[in-house]
Amino acid sequence: MPEGTVNNGIGASVRRKEDKRFLTGSGRYTDDINRAGQLYAYFVRANVAHATIKSVKTDKAAKMDGVVAVYTGEDVANDGVGGLINGWAVTNRDGSAMTEPPHPILAKDKVRYVGDHVAMIVAESAAQAMSAAEAVEVAYDQLPPVVDLASAASGAEIHDGMANNTYFDWELGDEAATAAALESAATVVNLTVRNNRLIPNPMEPRAAVVDYDPIADSYVLHSTTQNPHLLRLVICAFVLGIPESKMQVIAPDVGGGFGSKIYLYAEEACCTWASKKLRRPIKWTADRTQAFLSDAHGRDHINKVQMALDSNNRIIGLRVDTLANLGGYLSAFAVATPTYLHGTLLSGCYDIPAIYTNVKGMATTTAPVDAYRGAGRPEATYLLERTMDAAARQVGMDPAEFRRLNFIPKDAFPYQTAVALQYDIGDYEPLLDKALEMIDYKGFAGRRAESRKQGKYRGIGLSSYIEACGIAPSAVVGALGGRVGLYESAVVRVDPTGTISVFTGTHSHGQGHDTTFAQLVTERLGVPIERVEIVHGDTNRIQFGMGSYGSRSLAVGGTAISKAIDKVIAKGRIIAAHMLEADDADVEFKDGKFTVAGTDKEKSFGEIALSAYVPHNFPHDRLEPGLEETAFYDPLNFTYPAGTHIAEVEVDPATGVVEVVDWACCDDFGNLINPMIVHGQVHGGIGQGVGQALLENAHYDDNGQLLTASYMDYCMPRADDLPSMQVDCLVTACTHNDLGVKGCGEAGAIASPPALINAVIDALTPFGVTDLSMPATPEKVWRAIQDAQAKAAE
Amino acid sequence: MYATTYVKATDVADAASRLDAADDGKLLAGGMTLLPTLKQRLANPDCLVDLAGCDLAGISDDGQSIRIGAMTRHVDVANSPVVQKAIPAVAHLAGHIGDRQVRNRGTIGGSVANNDPSACYPSAVLALGGTVHTQNRSIAADEFFTGMFDTALDEDEIITAISLPKPEKAGYVKFPNPASRYAMVGVFVAKFADGVRVAVTGAGEDGVFRATDIEAALDADFSVGAIDKVSVSADGLMSDIHASADYRAHLIAEMARRAVTACG
Amino acid sequence: MAKVTMTVNGTAVSHDVPDNTLLVSFLRETLKLTGTHIGCDTSQCGACVVHVNGESIKSCTVLAAQLEGADVTTIEGIANGDELHPMQQAFHENHGLQCGFCTPGMVMSAIELVERNKNLSERDIREGLEGNICRCTGYHNIVKSVQAAAEKMGG
Repeated sequence: MPEGTVNNGIGASVRRKEDKRFLTGSGRYTDDINRAGQLYAYFVRANVAHATIKSVKTDKAAKMDGVVAVYTGEDVANDGVGGLINGWAVTNRDGSAMTEPPHPILAKDKVRYVGDHVAMIVAESAAQAMSAAEAVEVAYDQLPPVVDLASAASGAEIHDGMANNTYFDWELGDEAATAAALESAATVVNLTVRNNRLIPNPMEPRAAVVDYDPIADSYVLHSTTQNPHLLRLVICAFVLGIPESKMQVIAPDVGGGFGSKIYLYAEEACCTWASKKLRRPIKWTADRTQAFLSDAHGRDHINKVQMALDSNNRIIGLRVDTLANLGGYLSAFAVATPTYLHGTLLSGCYDIPAIYTNVKGMATTTAPVDAYRGAGRPEATYLLERTMDAAARQVGMDPAEFRRLNFIPKDAFPYQTAVALQYDIGDYEPLLDKALEMIDYKGFAGRRAESRKQGKYRGIGLSSYIEACGIAPSAVVGALGGRVGLYESAVVRVDPTGTISVFTGTHSHGQGHDTTFAQLVTERLGVPIERVEIVHGDTNRIQFGMGSYGSRSLAVGGTAISKAIDKVIAKGRIIAAHMLEADDADVEFKDGKFTVAGTDKEKSFGEIALSAYVPHNFPHDRLEPGLEETAFYDPLNFTYPAGTHIAEVEVDPATGVVEVVDWACCDDFGNLINPMIVHGQVHGGIGQGVGQALLENAHYDDNGQLLTASYMDYCMPRADDLPSMQVDCLVTACTHNDLGVKGCGEAGAIASPPALINAVIDALTPFGVTDLSMPATPEKVWRAIQDAQAKAAE
Repeated sequence: MYATTYVKATDVADAASRLDAADDGKLLAGGMTLLPTLKQRLANPDCLVDLAGCDLAGISDDGQSIRIGAMTRHVDVANSPVVQKAIPAVAHLAGHIGDRQVRNRGTIGGSVANNDPSACYPSAVLALGGTVHTQNRSIAADEFFTGMFDTALDEDEIITAISLPKPEKAGYVKFPNPASRYAMVGVFVAKFADGVRVAVTGAGEDGVFRATDIEAALDADFSVGAIDKVSVSADGLMSDIHASADYRAHLIAEMARRAVTACG
Repeated sequence: MAKVTMTVNGTAVSHDVPDNTLLVSFLRETLKLTGTHIGCDTSQCGACVVHVNGESIKSCTVLAAQLEGADVTTIEGIANGDELHPMQQAFHENHGLQCGFCTPGMVMSAIELVERNKNLSERDIREGLEGNICRCTGYHNIVKSVQAAAEKMGG
């Protein structure tokens, strides 16, 4: 497809504009940035999980070669530095406010997880800072660690005065109606599942380079953030008391985030604070071990599920009681993940008249837990889709047909769920049917028999998911406890020569916005794609923005761009009408040209652009020079992508090894701008989901030491762990945004874990295995077979 | 990494004298384990003596055995026609150590001297009844591996080559740790005219060991089925977050079966 | 201090650096070639893979001093001016990268993989990339990229 034509518009798999710099080593990540005269920071971290700090002796460290400063919790407290914030507050079910304990950027009185920040060294070199950190002597009075989530409520008190180590005790739905449904049910399905704790592991570790300018009293902070404006807001308004106008946050190329780079962390705050004190630039780069210890972790739920079916196997009620491990402190959006992004999704793609959920947000002496790809929705999908399979097994139905029976019918939209959300549109059966066809569901029995001949046990597993994304409506966010608005902004600037710069408040850290957003502009304005520049990640260049997470960039940010383009076209029509001596109402814009209806008079987009900046005869009373428009877009609703994923596995009963032999999925993301990028997002999400289901687990020992703090022990999916994937899409267009798009970034990670575990359980059905927890490691699978065989022999 | 001094020795004698001169010198024989250890500041040697210039790489067929120079890289063992012909199981083993980048730098001498309990090579050396040659003496494999990360090497003693007797047939199968890809259990089976030797890596609390029960069973009947009669004990096996001792015991038998199959 | 002299991307370089300087630090900090990345501290992620004398190695697990006289090629050195290496081009065509952080190491590793064996099965490619971790792509399009490049490179 030739470049520079509208063929690069919506629906084309345009090769990415950003690729070249990454492929040639010219990407510019935070650790690639250096400032003249910069110092290096290193953090002394707690090596015990729970303790009061008796003393922090820094004299020896302070005298070491190259050391410029050593700071402790005392120093930041004496300077009146604020703590990290909780960005989301829910109300307890008894009506009281949740508990929001302080979260200092350097621990002063107590440490609450291994990795907690105790002191900061600033030195002339990174090696010197690291050596000095080893010389800091911290004396602790150890307290009992609280590691086990199930018993956390009865563990040692982690935060002063916070009863039962419970940050909040929240509910949603109709408890009485759900109890009645369970009471009257023909079948009740009970299942307790554990959503294993994960460590996000974007390949680029977190880093920050901050430069304080004493003359201007201003800062430039380069950071590996998904969310530069929010970082600026929090660090300025809540932590350091700096006018936002004095702080420029730049998120250059960012090497993946997956949620873990949404928040302001202690390290950036400490470096910023110290840069002003020392009047020198400071650089900090995490090594992988620090990333494991201190990046916000993900998932970590225990969900107790009760599902009620009537005599026709229709679901009539669902109750879910969840314990969510939030760790030693509340990370910024930790509260939102198990509540707003989880409880509200419990209806899945099913018509369930009564739902009730109780979620307790628990403190433990482990690293803070927050949003990780999918954030709450994978947990909801996992418990629901595992229960769907358990229910189908219990009533003797094919799992695909049991799902089909309970789908919200196509003509029921808009559909009001029993847990607050209203789905605008969807059509779930064709997605299921397509996925079944792609995997050759009908031929599975034959394949299973073939595997058995080879001594292997084959299984197939489904997961039909829904997610709420395009995060989103500020009103809903506010009503549910959010302390931020969730809209997006865009500026579309047309230059005199007709090149276009789009300034978006979203941030790309792998998602390909430079290309997708440019396609949108190309489609709408008819400008060749190479003349469109997408600008993001710099608070001094971008008006404002809420960053990228929650599969929101296109649905919210893209729509904001579309709205700004509308305004550009509207103004262009007025300019064209003036130039062509026609009525505004008679001017049409199509294929990059402004034309007067019913005549051959026309002006190209480029001519209009030039005229806007060379307004020699503009009627200034009704037409301003220039061609640049801003839009802020706050959606009316979430978007609701949905789909079915099917995993096929082969289990080696002699070792317990699970091989993923096939994967098929059919998703509805609404309209697609760039199918190639969308498919890539799905592949990546499945990769992380397979990781969760088979390989990954953050393991703390009883003392609260993280045993999986490197790639030697934390199992990252490698190329040979994953299958080739069949990915397809069907479309129901979102009804409430101009583009009809929904979002695709998290679907794979949301849908895939239950599909895979359902497949493994299916494979082990001949042994009588009915339950298996994540990750389904070889030993766990082997043991499940042994245990089931022993039980059968009894 | 702490500050240290790097020297490239010109021959084995030079390496030994430089090691002797250092307070806490370490030999660099590829560095695939040593350098990560140093990066994590888990060791603080004052001197690194690189053996890369000591002319210790090379593979020869000595008739009854093959001799592999200590600084021969895994990639070169894997691709060696000599090894592939004489003991294909060793070529296979070398071709599956770590990843390609590790195989491009890691050496047999480095691996054997380190005696990591999860390393592959010690199982081959032990199962084949190999001999570890140093600048001073030759040490039989049965005497060489003395415990986890522990060998019979004296301080300043340098491995120069490893001799591996040619078996009638041999097979090596490993079950990798899913995270690190080191052996969680690796079993090397070697059948000689005078008996079968079986060595297990990745599983023992004291590092590589001979599975004498399996050896006896295979001596009596060299078949996959023979192993079914052996009950592998979990005593003395490692237990960690990746695998319990019980599971390792099970895998030893299973990998032994597969190694026998691999013998062809 | 060690005086390190080597050829990097065809240019002779010579610098005095501390003995404990890793090749990756020599490249990133001394030579300002920041295309080679550091993604872990246990020599597993492969973001730092470069070629030394035509072989792929992890530049975080070798001292610069060990490579006296070596011929080093980094991600910055494989394109021919504006013309991308077939492996780079294949990653572009097949969407084999997202955030780009693992990409330099992945590309360097893949080039050596294909140069060693032009007839690679999908399994060979997946196993051959064992030393490179990507968190974005699920490897699907990386495998496709390597397959496509192998054809172009004479497979």
